[in-house]
Amino acid sequence: MAKVNVLSEYCKSCGLCIAACPKKILAVGDKSNKKGYFTIICEDQEKCIGCALCATVCPDVAIEVYK
Amino acid sequence: MEKIFGRSKGLTDVPFSFCPGCTHGTIMRLIAEVLEELEIIDNTIGVSPVGCAGFSQDFFSCDFVGAAHGRAQAVGIGIKRALPDRMIFTYQGDGDIAAIGTQHAIHAAARGEKITSIMVNNAIFGMTGGQMAPTTLEGMKTTTSPYGRDIETTGFPIDLPRLVANLPGAVYVAAVSVDSPKNINQAKKAIKKAFQVQMAGLGFAFVSVLSTCPTNWGISPVDSLQWLRENMMPVYQMGELKVTEEVKSL
Repeated sequence: MAKVNVLSEYCKSCGLCIAACPKKILAVGDKSNKKGYFTIICEDQEKCIGCALCATVCPDVAIEVYK
Repeated sequence: MEKIFGRSKGLTDVPFSFCPGCTHGTIMRLIAEVLEELEIIDNTIGVSPVGCAGFSQDFFSCDFVGAAHGRAQAVGIGIKRALPDRMIFTYQGDGDIAAIGTQHAIHAAARGEKITSIMVNNAIFGMTGGQMAPTTLEGMKTTTSPYGRDIETTGFPIDLPRLVANLPGAVYVAAVSVDSPKNINQAKKAIKKAFQVQMAGLGFAFVSVLSTCPTNWGISPVDSLQWLRENMMPVYQMGELKVTEEVKSL
């Protein structure tokens, strides 16, 4: 059981995490943050394996990973 | 559940002001994590230059000094000589350290100054609007080389780590990249080594990190990483360019 938590106020929706995720469970959401970026969401938390590749490539340190 | 990845104590709560997808943030995270792991946050003074890297004082939780364009190493060396027990690092872009600040990079290495310098190389002047830098690749289009860099009139790109590695005072020189998770982890190891070299007082440590500038390159963040891999990595020599015997035994 693993979980990713996107810190939406840090996210700039660049999409590097979407490309890095091996399970392809990250996507651009439909809610914007204060800066107007439509932030990343995890579509299927159950499938997350906690590899933290998304957090490793995130240039805004906007992803927390729990395992 | 246990938190296995989160924001480092080496970073402040301020969100990075860089463009979406800019890998400046990745490199700053790596430095912040290294400061935390080595337990030197309170004992470190960073020196920020001019350019996008100049914002770094807002993002690191260690002390910071702002320097004039290209002079971060000169300022850092002054602080190190006055306060030799502090860890000093400079965080500079290629338009700073490889252009107006080249002489400081060369002479800091020649004198074996005991500081750590991190160079962020994205082959362009980012903050000022994407002008050609000394590190711009041959044929690369920028706002001041709209037909591509012509080596007949503007010369060849400077591979600063190779220059610095030739000087005896530089004891650790590495050229790394942050284009993939594997390379990001290698970059962190190189940055950590560069700080350990300073902690041991061995000499000048220099790490060049290849970075992207999606906004001024005019391509998406994901494509920028691919562009970096295909175009920059063959031109700039990668890996640990110089590791002296003393550094190996650290």
